[in-house]
Amino acid sequence: MGLAVKKDPGLEEKLKKVDEMLEKYKGKKGVLLQVLQEAQSIVGYLPIEVQKRVAEALNVTLSEVYSTVTFYSFFNLKPKGKYQIRSCIGTACYVKGADKVLARLEQELGIKVGDTTDDLKFSLDACRCVGACGLAPVLIINDDVYGRVTPDKVPEILKNYE
Amino acid sequence: MEFYRAHILVCRGTGCTASGSEQVFEAFEKEIEKQGLSKEVKVLLTGCLGLCELGPNIIIYPEGTYYCKVKAEDVPEIVEEHLVKGRIVERLLYKERTTEERMRALTDINFYKRQKRIALRNCGLINPEVIEEYIANDGYRALAKVLTEMTPQQVIDEITKSGLRGRGGGGFPTGRKWQFAKDAPGDIKYVVCNGDEGDPGAFMDRSILEGDPHTVLEAMAIAGYAIGAKEGYIYVRAEYPLAVKRLEIAIEQARERGLLGKNILGTGFDFDIFLRLGSGAFVCGEETALLASIEGRRGEPRPRPPFPAVAGLWGKPTLINNVETFANIPPIILNGAEWFASIGTERSKGTKVFAIGGKINNTGLVEIPMGTTLREVIYEIGGGIPNGKQFKAVQTGGPSGGCIPASLLDMPIEFDTLTQAGSMMGSGGMIVMDEDTCMVDIAKFFLTFTQDESCGKCPPCRIGTKRMLEILERITNGEGREGDIELLETLAKSIKASALCGLGQTAPNPVLSTLRYFRDEYEAHIKEKRCPAGACKALITYEIIADKCKGCGLCVKVCPVSAITGERRQPHAINKEKCLKCNSCFERCPFGAIVKK
Ligand SMILES: Cc1cc2nc3c(=O)[nH]c(=O)nc-3n(C[C@H](O)[C@H](O)[C@H](O)COP(=O)(O)O)c2cc1C
Ligand code: SF4
Ligand code: SF4
Ligand code: SF4
Ligand code: FES
Ligand code: FES
Repeated sequence: MGLAVKKDPGLEEKLKKVDEMLEKYKGKKGVLLQVLQEAQSIVGYLPIEVQKRVAEALNVTLSEVYSTVTFYSFFNLKPKGKYQIRSCIGTACYVKGADKVLARLEQELGIKVGDTTDDLKFSLDACRCVGACGLAPVLIINDDVYGRVTPDKVPEILKNYE
Repeated sequence: MEFYRAHILVCRGTGCTASGSEQVFEAFEKEIEKQGLSKEVKVLLTGCLGLCELGPNIIIYPEGTYYCKVKAEDVPEIVEEHLVKGRIVERLLYKERTTEERMRALTDINFYKRQKRIALRNCGLINPEVIEEYIANDGYRALAKVLTEMTPQQVIDEITKSGLRGRGGGGFPTGRKWQFAKDAPGDIKYVVCNGDEGDPGAFMDRSILEGDPHTVLEAMAIAGYAIGAKEGYIYVRAEYPLAVKRLEIAIEQARERGLLGKNILGTGFDFDIFLRLGSGAFVCGEETALLASIEGRRGEPRPRPPFPAVAGLWGKPTLINNVETFANIPPIILNGAEWFASIGTERSKGTKVFAIGGKINNTGLVEIPMGTTLREVIYEIGGGIPNGKQFKAVQTGGPSGGCIPASLLDMPIEFDTLTQAGSMMGSGGMIVMDEDTCMVDIAKFFLTFTQDESCGKCPPCRIGTKRMLEILERITNGEGREGDIELLETLAKSIKASALCGLGQTAPNPVLSTLRYFRDEYEAHIKEKRCPAGACKALITYEIIADKCKGCGLCVKVCPVSAITGERRQPHAINKEKCLKCNSCFERCPFGAIVKK
């Protein structure tokens, strides 16, 4: 964790933005989830420094913040790669072989689902239905959506992000 | 208002956007400008038309010509031919699968003809980012009607008479629910729209929110008037950024027009709507968990009663309905309860939207009258199974539902028939499976999902589904034992009976339904260590049939671990030690020379 944070040179700057954002929510009730969503959109993930600030600003315990962050899969505790890969394993994609696409991604990147490559370039996650089932199996890299992906197309797709 | 002789509607739903409809949209704008047609032809974006698989899709009005798989490169030709010379671009028309006939209008094709669009009435027809277009299509007329001509009780009576049942999965009568919320004592009440859409493989709510957001706002305001609420919340998944954006625009426009906020239409009725984003927890679709999540807490379900209608958001009476349920409200108010009740069957009125996917030719979104048979949906609307494969089962109800076999294809689609068949209506996912799908593997897939998504609050669900999953993993790994099936059944029964919320109570359904209809597949795995569908990795090996192999070398190129070798034009062979069983070669071989054993 500590090491990963050091690798994030812009963190100080981002923490400042988080503090500014927290100002508008101070003392309000029932806003924890919204605040965490905004904080993650600023920082990209929710390191302990951010969680502490949130807890203080909203006057809740750190353990409440932590248990909320870990409950929702949308929140990341670790920084994500420059290119975030999300491989859909919803039912429509699964029936059309999404598990094999995912296996190939793991093989090509040398990481498991949920992990990030050491150079912080790629992170790999499985997600459930992105609403493009007609194009199954679907792969999303940052904002690019790839449809009808087969395992042997994976290396080619990854090349776009060299 | 300016007059245009033609309108080009470019689908900007999620599917078409993924296939590049943004570029098509821009190309049209550029080309229209270039040809000096800007004053005559207008390019518009619209929501999902349903046939996402064939995207990017466009429709040109006034004729209603439908072009599919349109690329940016095709745009100059379309403008030149269709808009300047008035000639149809035949090659981009939809081709009917059975007759090979090129169809001109979307409404003429088989995929569309059998549909009846009530909830989706505006999707793909209007620009969801422009409130005037919704208003021009009867939008907010139902709200005006209830505020000026009806009492709250009359509104509820109308909904009750229509026979509308909740589209979020449970099928609870909507009018009854509204009555409970109206009758609950309290000055402060809330209306909540459930847009969490957790079923993995379903996207109808998303399409409504993206394609026709105002219908949900209008219906929520009507509900607010009926039950006496002044505030509404829409809970929508953070994974649906386009839906969020369109809702934000819609709420803003409705406020500007005085259709939300204080003193709506000068009637003294106040109602406003706020957005809350879900953060990726399936259990948050369950109503009590969803309310906890709106309050900013962990989305854990709590026992009912008290029901949300009595004690919901911040302890106040709360009406919670699904997106599609709401989308049906304005047409019911405008056309009357009798009209709605005349569609569908005795106990399931109106229509249902389904997201058809999986091993089927026409994947996409369809809205059909209740009572339509599964066969009609799969073969007539869906165009059957691709690649000459055999139909095996259709899954409805997502992780809470089950797999329905070929012998029940003539069953009409209704809440009760689906439940009797061991599945359920659910929110509208409909995934078709063919002979290559292993039913034990599918049961495992769903159980992995529920096991992952269990909130962990109660032991039957947390531990029971884990046990079931372990057994299924064993069976698919070829380590199944005598007695495993019975063990699964016992566990399933006890989880169903003792779990706290719907997630746990329905989690065993995918296993029970596949055991009911495909027991032989379980037995083949356990007794013969064989996967009849050739899907379970541990039970199959890949081989090349020397007689059929032409030595083309295509399989060698796709193999990630170089497990295939052979001389050019000579039969190749697979090194089974190296093979990862990734299936790539099997899919690639043009001569069917690779087999799974
Ligand atoms: C585990 C679980 C997940 C659910 N997910 C959804 C969902 O994604 N969308 C939805 O509208 N209802 C969902 N429901 C049903 C809701 O609890 C609730 O019944 C529904 O929103 C009520 O609306 P309706 O009467 O209009 O259907 C879910 C229920 C359970 C038990
Ligand atoms: S049944 Fe499962 S999801 Fe529902 S409350 Fe219990 S543990 Fe949580
Ligand atoms: S299944 Fe995959 S790993 Fe095995 S031989 Fe074929 S391509 Fe290679
Ligand atoms: S692709 Fe098929 S025909 Fe070609 S070498 Fe491989 S097994 Fe033989
Ligand atoms: S299941 Fe993958 S996009 Fe819907
Ligand atoms: S997204 Fe264009 S048809 Fe569905």
